[in-house]
Amino acid sequence: MSTNYSSRCRSERITAFTLETLLALSAAISIFVTVGVLYVLISKTWDFFQEIPFSSFFLDTKWTPLFETKRFGIWSLVTGSLLVTFVAMITAAPLGVLAAIYLSEFANRKIRRVLKPLLELLAGIPTVVYGYFALTIVTPALMHIIPQLNGFNALSPGIVMGFMLVPTISSLCEDAIYKTPRYLKEAAYSLGARKMSTIFLVVLPYARSTIIAALFLAFARAIGETMIVAIAAGLKPNLTLDVREPIQTMTAYIVQVSMGDTPQQSIEYLTIFAVGTMLFLLTFIFHSISKLILRSRFSVTPL
Amino acid sequence: MKQHATSTMITNNLSVRYGNHLAVDNVSLTIKSGQVTAIIGPSGCGKSTFIRSLNRMHDFIDDVKVEGAILLDGVDIYAPGVDAVSIRRRVGMVFQKPNPFPHMSILQNVLSGFSFTRKKAIKRKEEIAEKALKSAALFDEVKDRLHAPSGALSGGQQQRLCIARALAMEPEVLLLDEPCSALDPISTARIEDLINVLRTNYAIVIVTHNMQQAARVSQVTAYFLSGKLIEIDETKKLFTNPSDQRTEDYITGKFG
Amino acid sequence: MKAITDQDYLSETKGKSERALLDSAFIARDERRAQLIERAFGFLCLIATFLPLCILAFLIGDTVISGLQRINLAFILGFPSRFAASAGIFPALVGTFYLMTLTMTIALPLGVASAIYLEEYAKDSWFKRLIELNVTNLAGVPSIIFGLLGLELFVRILGLGQSLMAGALTLSLLILPVVITATREALKSVPNNLREAGLALGGSKVSVILRVVLPLSMSQITTGAILAIARAIGESAPLIVIGAATYLAFIPTDLLSEFSALPLQIFQWVERPQADFVDNASGAIVVLLLVLAIFNATAAWLRHRQEKNRGSL
Repeated sequence: MSTNYSSRCRSERITAFTLETLLALSAAISIFVTVGVLYVLISKTWDFFQEIPFSSFFLDTKWTPLFETKRFGIWSLVTGSLLVTFVAMITAAPLGVLAAIYLSEFANRKIRRVLKPLLELLAGIPTVVYGYFALTIVTPALMHIIPQLNGFNALSPGIVMGFMLVPTISSLCEDAIYKTPRYLKEAAYSLGARKMSTIFLVVLPYARSTIIAALFLAFARAIGETMIVAIAAGLKPNLTLDVREPIQTMTAYIVQVSMGDTPQQSIEYLTIFAVGTMLFLLTFIFHSISKLILRSRFSVTPL
Repeated sequence: MKQHATSTMITNNLSVRYGNHLAVDNVSLTIKSGQVTAIIGPSGCGKSTFIRSLNRMHDFIDDVKVEGAILLDGVDIYAPGVDAVSIRRRVGMVFQKPNPFPHMSILQNVLSGFSFTRKKAIKRKEEIAEKALKSAALFDEVKDRLHAPSGALSGGQQQRLCIARALAMEPEVLLLDEPCSALDPISTARIEDLINVLRTNYAIVIVTHNMQQAARVSQVTAYFLSGKLIEIDETKKLFTNPSDQRTEDYITGKFG
Repeated sequence: MKAITDQDYLSETKGKSERALLDSAFIARDERRAQLIERAFGFLCLIATFLPLCILAFLIGDTVISGLQRINLAFILGFPSRFAASAGIFPALVGTFYLMTLTMTIALPLGVASAIYLEEYAKDSWFKRLIELNVTNLAGVPSIIFGLLGLELFVRILGLGQSLMAGALTLSLLILPVVITATREALKSVPNNLREAGLALGGSKVSVILRVVLPLSMSQITTGAILAIARAIGESAPLIVIGAATYLAFIPTDLLSEFSALPLQIFQWVERPQADFVDNASGAIVVLLLVLAIFNATAAWLRHRQEKNRGSL
């Protein structure tokens, strides 16, 4: 065989280097996307705050940028989002955790293999379809039980969103519960503990941080959810804690403005970015807390 | 079999560093064609690191420094400007765990070395494959199922397939890194017979943790300890009358 | 005569068997109660698992029933109209189709290339960790924020307008983290000793990736891609923000034309107060769910086949 090393070297080396650079650039695109998101949010929010003082944004209780008298208090939108999220979490948390316990502790392998993907289905339904469900089926049904329920309210989309979030919570928790080391459970069993005691005294404490992380993750997803609330919660900002009343979330507001014709540099246009930044911050905080909890969990070796 | 001049590999003061750890310490030895050189020693003595430097497999690991020279027919394979890929086509390797490509058939596996080169059309594909499989003593067992997936073979057959795959490239040197550790005794015996036949045409290096295997199969044995070459000699002499006390301790089982 | 206490009984009787009998009598009572509680708890967990599924089944079933009544050829091939009865989903269907094709051509190569770089090339450095951090963070950003990004960057700054291209670019960025993560998992599943075998035969890194790693991971990469596109099909929020049309009376003709999409059409119809439009919405939902069902079933079938073939790996 020839020992002509160098010529093969140079041209092949150049192609290999070019290829690696191209691949690295593709990977770097994700950095550019983040930079893009931050740039867009920050620059437009900056423009917004050139015209509207901080005090107005953070201290006013009414949000009426699309009306004649414009007021820019963000809290009615934030409470709207939080209210729906709260309803969603009350629905999703018990269902999710209990479902996780069922799948990992009670169900046999065949049932588990069928039910797991079925639960994932809940997360795969497009949110616009969930919005349809909330508005056309769930709200009228709830109206039978709660007569003062408004056609647009926070309860119905909250419950539907809760169903959508069940797999988010259950799949994370189920993983953690399933992976509880056998030796811990066997220690309990050998002392005479029954399954339920073992679950509450050994398994759940072991999976506790994952469960909390799952809840934070679901919370972040709920705040960021758009279509269910845009369709079923209403388009009127309302600072209230009554889930039967119509409210508007941050995400639904952005949709509302986008549906209309807003001139590009008007204050109304800028509001969607200010609201968007608020939304981004809230979801980022909860998402990051969730990640931090998960990461710290795996760096600790269980004794 | 390809007629080529006998090849010789010589390591000159070879040292290999993993980060701060000196895995191979100043090893100089000669590997000749027509014979099997066995490398023995306890775990962690550097024998795997040594054999992997002979075909520059360390290039793919970060934080590895290779000092000294390895000469293949007089040319240092680590010299700047040397193309590692052409080295690997002249120095073939068989690994501990048989690793035929599962997505390829037996035939494709044997010829897979060519698919990595720029050669567009290989002439006489079946001929090359048949020759390689015969040299690996596998042909008769697979001749009527050459297009079957390689996963259907037994462990010993898979390893012989890997040997055939390496031989198809017509290397001059064949590196065997504990080729029988994952195999049962019968397959091991078959591969040892195969090595005996192959040695006339190749320079073979075999790393093994099994001293009896080294005694059965090799003509020259090198004993490594903590990265250093303690002793290298004719196999018969090394096992019956070693010159170094440490070698004797290892061979008699007092140590390692 | 005072009642015989258990202690008396114990001290009177000798022999372990009697004691064992007594212990087990106590245990039996507690045991039964505990077993009952445990069974009830298990049942509660079972209900928790099935409740959302049953309710979803009911919701989907109700929608499908009213939707199927609405679906006919005129519906599928028709255009939106002010009159509910004559409205159709054709532009929305075509729009979704174009949008997905375009999104796929942008997001897949980009995502697979990124994953290959991260898995096969990148050394553990600040650069790699920064990219990985960005990928996981972007996966958690609400989809509507991507809409805001698309609005400023693609629609306004790059001047693409409220076009198919802008929509596809926005959705590509949205599903990019999904594609990257799924592809990385697929690449990780190829055992390292196969890469070594290829390298030892004299393959360059590129040829080993092309001839060994990619063929072995292609099935899993495809499954990930199908699921990513399925996710994109159902997205409406980012498209609304970039200004995609919800009432489009024509088929998009080129990359820069306005477009609609199925979930947007559903949204527009749901927002109308007339009951007929709600029926239209249910019809469109049935079509959308059918499309998604096909995608997910294909992905599930592929995954099933992969798992069967794992044996030979």
